[in-house]
Amino acid sequence: MSYYHSIRIDADKCDGRMRCMRVCPTQAIRVRGGVARLLEDRCVDCGECITACPTGAVVALTDPFGELSRFTRTVAIPSPALYAQFGRQILPREILAGLKKLGFDDCVDLASTCGEVSFAIQEHLREYTGPRPVISNVCPAVVRLIQVKYPSLIDHVSPLDTPREIAGREIKRTKAAEYGLSEEEIGAFYITPCPVKMISIRQPAEKGRSCLDGAISISEVYAPLLAAMEGMEKASYRQALESICILGIGWAIVGGICRTLRLKNSLAVSGLGEVLQVFDDIEKGKLRNIDFVEAYSCLQGCVGGSLTLENRYISYNKILKLIETLEYERIKACPDIREVRRRYARDYFFRKGVLEPRPVRPLDIDLATAIQKRRAKEEIYESLPKIDCGACGSPTCLTFAEDVVRGEAKLADCCVVGSQKKIRPEAQPEALGKVVELRPVGSRRRKKEAHGRDK
Amino acid sequence: MDNENGFSQTFEITGRDFSKAGTISTKIKEILQDIGIPPSTIRRTAIASYEAEMNVVMYANRGTLKLSISPSELRIRLDDEGPGIANVELAMQEGYSTATDEIREMGFGAGMGLPNIKKNSDEFEISSTPGKGTSLDIVLHLNAAERA
Repeated sequence: MSYYHSIRIDADKCDGRMRCMRVCPTQAIRVRGGVARLLEDRCVDCGECITACPTGAVVALTDPFGELSRFTRTVAIPSPALYAQFGRQILPREILAGLKKLGFDDCVDLASTCGEVSFAIQEHLREYTGPRPVISNVCPAVVRLIQVKYPSLIDHVSPLDTPREIAGREIKRTKAAEYGLSEEEIGAFYITPCPVKMISIRQPAEKGRSCLDGAISISEVYAPLLAAMEGMEKASYRQALESICILGIGWAIVGGICRTLRLKNSLAVSGLGEVLQVFDDIEKGKLRNIDFVEAYSCLQGCVGGSLTLENRYISYNKILKLIETLEYERIKACPDIREVRRRYARDYFFRKGVLEPRPVRPLDIDLATAIQKRRAKEEIYESLPKIDCGACGSPTCLTFAEDVVRGEAKLADCCVVGSQKKIRPEAQPEALGKVVELRPVGSRRRKKEAHGRDK
Repeated sequence: MDNENGFSQTFEITGRDFSKAGTISTKIKEILQDIGIPPSTIRRTAIASYEAEMNVVMYANRGTLKLSISPSELRIRLDDEGPGIANVELAMQEGYSTATDEIREMGFGAGMGLPNIKKNSDEFEISSTPGKGTSLDIVLHLNAAERA
């Protein structure tokens, strides 16, 4: 099975500086022959490498604006993260109007669909008896991480569809009916803060078909959108506020879903490294008392996506302030809960396909051989300097040992083993200037002397 | 078990060292994923080894956990030096615990540890000598047909 990835490495631009390899949270990058390469079965498309690359060699494959002409009518479905990219006075209503000026026939305010899904999650948790906590599936990188590294947690993933898919389905249905067109003639484009949503459209994790037709990055839309909004006739600030769904707007930031669920025990986590720790705990059975976990691969949630432009902390704060303003002004626009309940009862919110594990290929297909190779990996690792210098082109000494066992690298590629030298602390330069040494009381001289004798 | 087809690794556990608690079960999981053990078995092993590890951290002075894998079975042998368990039968009951308030406040000691280990293993044996320590023998069968 080959996997579709939206991350491309331009070999001409890559100068092998290994930043991407070091930041990759799933160790999916190797540098071979001076060029970074992607291990397809390990990559979860989080986009960390895009941000880290100093030469712009790692790029996200999204759809160009020109794609719009393929369809009779087009609809823009912007991630609520787009609302946080502009100044505080620019509210969603204006942004949606600006998108229409850019050439989209219609625009959907995804925040209101998010609000509906918040209610639907509440309904689902009320009758749910399966393993806890339920894990949000809104971040496709997190869903892929579960498929690859935590296949045993697949039953925890929320069975509800994501707001973007539900909105895409709904808008195609209604617009097709309104204009007497087939649903294929209507192009639904997600305005995305990150590359992974692109893959979730091209190759959904649950092996179904996406209701969306493409994804255009926020960074591509930003400048034309800003120009389009200039001099536009503005609604009053109060009026613009009243069209914002207070439940859905928070979906752009980490914690935004949890705060709408009114649960006693829920938690929100962002950043793939942090997510790994929380999932480790869930796997050990430690978080059984938590009902719902909201997890994002990007720090601060979708506003932290690698295709956004505003600083993630600034945009996080903008969303937070907007929610505070709505609360202060007592504007509580949100979907009709009775309508949501009716739709929930007829399975409107549930996703169709089945989510299956996608574990990284084992060291060998044969169990006995795999066990032997694992033993060899441990032995090789023990012979390595364990300093994770990365010079061999593998991110850590442990992954290098694995690459050797898999036959994808040679032991001699390790510059320490290859030179037959050891890393000797006494060969490293003395500390210059004022360096505070930390050591236990009473161990002052003796330890150093003992150390010297050993060698 | 330590024949040519096998893999085994021994881990040391220090009692009361809550900062490192759980690292062994994470390491075990990585080993099992490398070998290609089915996800459901990994999950059961992760829960059983974590509970076993936590028992040593919470109650004993020190202990060792030995993981052995052969093509037919996965075995976890745990030996600790500590107070032991006075009444093993009672300790195997769900909800029974001798945990202190401090431990309960950290979210542990709900009396589910040993029953949980048993529930997640195919074979389970426990023996304990009060004043000396406790030993656990946990076995999970590996069915070749189930391999991922």
